Amino acid sequence: MDTNQPTMSINGTMVTFTPGQTILEVAWERGIDIPTLCYLKDASPTGACRICLVEVKGARTLVASCAMPAGPGMEVTTDSPEVHRSRRLNIELLLASGNHNCLTCEKNGECKLQDLAYAYGIKEIRFQGQTQQYPKDDSNPLITRDFSRCILCGRCVQACNDLQVNRAIGYGYRGAASKIVTTGDRPYQESDCVFCGQCVEACPVGALTEKKAKGLARSWETKKVRTTCPYCGVGCQMWLHVKAGRIVKVTAVEDAQPNRGMLCVKGRFGYDFVHSPERLTTPLIKGEDGQHHPATWDQALDLVATRLKQIKKKHGANAIAGVSCARSINEDSYNMQKLFRAAIGTNNIDHCARVCHAPTVAGLAASFGSGAMTNSFADFDKARLIFVIGSNITEAHPVAGALVKRAVAKGAQLIVADPRFTGIAESAHIYVPIKVGSDVAFINGLMNVIISEGLQDQAYIDRCTTGYADLVAKVAEYPPSKAARIAGIGVDLLRETARKLASVKPAMLVYTLGITEHTCGVNNVRSTANLQMLLGNVGFECGGVNPLRGQNNVQGACDMGALPGDYPGYQKVENPAARHKFEEAWGVKMPRKNGLMIPQMFEGIEQGEIKALWVFGENLANTEPDIRHVEHCLKSVEFLICNDIFPTETTRFADVIFPAAAWSEDDGTFANSERRVQRVRKAVEPPGQAKPNWWIFREVAGRLGQEWKSKSGQDIWDKEVSELAPLFKGIKYSRLENDGLQWPCPDKNHPGTACMHKEGRFTCGLGNFEALDWTPPAEVPDKKYPLVLSTGRRLYHYHTRTQTGRCGGLNDLLGQETADISLADAAELGVADGDMVRVSSRRGQVMVKARVTRQVPKGLVWMAFHFREGNANWLTNPVYDPISLTAEYKACAVRVEKA
Amino acid sequence: MSVAQDISKQMPEDVTPEMLAQLDDICQKYRGKPGGLIPVLQQVQGVVGYLPVAVQDRISQKLGVPGHEVFGVTTFYSFFSMTPKGRHTVRVCMGTACYVRGGKEVLDRLERHLDIPVDSTTPDRRFTLEQVRCLGACGVAPVVVVDQDTHRKVMADTAVDLVERYQ
Repeated sequence: MDTNQPTMSINGTMVTFTPGQTILEVAWERGIDIPTLCYLKDASPTGACRICLVEVKGARTLVASCAMPAGPGMEVTTDSPEVHRSRRLNIELLLASGNHNCLTCEKNGECKLQDLAYAYGIKEIRFQGQTQQYPKDDSNPLITRDFSRCILCGRCVQACNDLQVNRAIGYGYRGAASKIVTTGDRPYQESDCVFCGQCVEACPVGALTEKKAKGLARSWETKKVRTTCPYCGVGCQMWLHVKAGRIVKVTAVEDAQPNRGMLCVKGRFGYDFVHSPERLTTPLIKGEDGQHHPATWDQALDLVATRLKQIKKKHGANAIAGVSCARSINEDSYNMQKLFRAAIGTNNIDHCARVCHAPTVAGLAASFGSGAMTNSFADFDKARLIFVIGSNITEAHPVAGALVKRAVAKGAQLIVADPRFTGIAESAHIYVPIKVGSDVAFINGLMNVIISEGLQDQAYIDRCTTGYADLVAKVAEYPPSKAARIAGIGVDLLRETARKLASVKPAMLVYTLGITEHTCGVNNVRSTANLQMLLGNVGFECGGVNPLRGQNNVQGACDMGALPGDYPGYQKVENPAARHKFEEAWGVKMPRKNGLMIPQMFEGIEQGEIKALWVFGENLANTEPDIRHVEHCLKSVEFLICNDIFPTETTRFADVIFPAAAWSEDDGTFANSERRVQRVRKAVEPPGQAKPNWWIFREVAGRLGQEWKSKSGQDIWDKEVSELAPLFKGIKYSRLENDGLQWPCPDKNHPGTACMHKEGRFTCGLGNFEALDWTPPAEVPDKKYPLVLSTGRRLYHYHTRTQTGRCGGLNDLLGQETADISLADAAELGVADGDMVRVSSRRGQVMVKARVTRQVPKGLVWMAFHFREGNANWLTNPVYDPISLTAEYKACAVRVEKA
Repeated sequence: MSVAQDISKQMPEDVTPEMLAQLDDICQKYRGKPGGLIPVLQQVQGVVGYLPVAVQDRISQKLGVPGHEVFGVTTFYSFFSMTPKGRHTVRVCMGTACYVRGGKEVLDRLERHLDIPVDSTTPDRRFTLEQVRCLGACGVAPVVVVDQDTHRKVMADTAVDLVERYQ
């Protein structure tokens, strides 16, 4: 026994405890069972249910062990006739308080009240309860609220307020009339609720249940399969509840990194697309009639192989290009790039990181030596100062947003810079409404203040970085008055922000696509790196530069080398040693030059140089800027191959469509934003003849004369990826069973890397400052197009809705695109909330409903690209960052008129 | 305030812009102060007369307190009302002493006279009739409180004359 630790006795046994622990926590740690209905891990105790009562010697009454801190010398008895009688009485009262009829209850078999009634031998209800006061609320599409089963334990309130920090529900009314309510006791869908469903997860009884799961399975009939969420880059761990080949429900894995028991609306309720009747179930070949006709796998694979061989023979391998998929598993992307490099013989392989975080990969690699998020999600709620810039984190990465809000609730400072007053801005101590596309000037201005006031970390700069003198000279050209003018903010606010940033060490910087999707995306990224190096914040827990990756496996698709200049593990195509290594491994000679990036592929199609395009799981027709131009290219390419799980706007143009296995239908891995390689598991069979994507690429490679040995996801990872890429050398499937591993992980005993560039020892040696000038967006408002259009993602949908559009409930929560405009512009245009408007740019026009909102400042229009109808990409500008070729989705000029 | 909940719900017509300006000032005074919600609700009810949900929404927004908390506190304390109040509030004590000395008869008579049940307001918004539990003035029971005035030893017959003095 550790003599420094205080001790107490539980049931006559001496035990040590850590000061601050409650009696309940000490007992549970020792494996001593104390039942409870209201205790919720990570939330402050409420002591509401009175089930965890214990005897404490000397205390006047029984004590709620969940709320009572353990004390030295305490003598606790967890079960005695007195305790037993009291618990039993409380359970009886709870049973009498509502309609606790188990026969048809969804929670039957996993209800804590039911378990307790059984354990305490309650055979009949002794008391007459009150009649039911509140009717069931079944009005929203996802969550059923049955107040007759509610025991008012408050776990849902804690889950909503303490865990997810959405603050949508609390206690209302009084005494016997008490009820869990939203503001104004409105239905969920008219309240602040964002449908994360954490309340359902927390409910110990049948008061809150998943509507979609109703009647599908009893808890004991389902098989539970752990996997990784198929949506954003947070990479939440979840249980799929499977019965008879169908996913019936999704719940969070408790205590797992990175989500620690939380999920968002898409993760929890966005699973049923895999069972959609619209799934592609057979290969399709376009006939002479222009229609797609079912074909056998052999016919489709043979056709693709033959056509690729013909085109290669006639025009060379570089006439073929491919776009890989950032939603599919690592092993699929690995095989696709291997097919292109080794079997076809071109580096023309890219994926959608091009349209989102390619500036991150390029920019952070140049600054730090590695283009990935430096820190971990585990740091988020421990951080003391967080600077969120260009990130709508509560909608695009909701669980990461919850962690930031938790940090704020615990006392952290939060600075948010964004043109829109986003959800996270509501929690900010300082909100900086910078103008769209002013980031470099804004950050130069911050650095100007920091340097002129001597707030920089000079020791860190001297020891860990290079290029400082140039930076100092450059930011001297951005005095606060100039920087603030460009950013459209007050000088005082700029100064206050700079001083606040310098006041806490380390401070954490988080950004998303507001930084990258500009013609100066790489410069924006490098500016964030400059700022964090200047403050000495890189290389420490709760510090660093943290880009949140948009798609579930966009980090992985980059890691696997689905990039025109990188082999797996960021080994460079133009580095002869790397090339020789892969040539030897794959047994072929390979091209020395980098391949084409996505925009160059389209250019190549227009110029007749690209003859065949293979699009894997991407809906380019909706996601690229200027839809008209993209569709023209897709139409005109000689041979278009698509792998997909659904017919999409893009597959319309395909010559051959391969039906692919979806998430949950194949075994593999994703890498999340924090570089964590996590397992994705097969839970159900693919529909019809759909096949894993890696298998499709392997089959085509076979027909092009290459026999690949690996015959499963595990084979591909363990025998190829991890053998060929030093970053992943220590990562094997056998080590990924639980929370996965964060790369770099160089050997099999390495624990993975939670924080990169430790203590400022950068991957590239010294961190590189880069002196940067601000450049305005390529298209700025003028008389004809007086407003700025900026675009992004909304909470209830994901990209072009190929998945979320086929999930019950999500369309009901958000059924159409809107153009979000400010109150001021709406008044000027004579437009009311919900009116139809025409939004036009130099590329095209769309008709959408106006959403008049305080979130958007005057002069800005904000739209998403989820819906084909009213898709922002009819309007966006196909101009690109010169280094990463990432399009400027965040800024173009438009006009809005009342329709 | 979620994305779905952007433009606040319809404000009742009897809540004037001047009242809202006062509401904003009150919230500004208490913003960021722990325990500020109850005094804010008291003062706003003093200005507006009652606390409809739209007013609660505005308080939530201006004070930076979750809406459900505003609603929870409003519905917890009987002092707060979500329905409009009369110009005068008549509170009849139903504590034990008042009850046995005729408080119940007083209440019955006022219900008949004003033609409304207890805990409601006359259609002309002149009176709100309420019952309360013990005001601590048992020595002068039965007690009726109209607005800020406490009236002692009120009987059913005198109660009608008493309230009629309030226009």
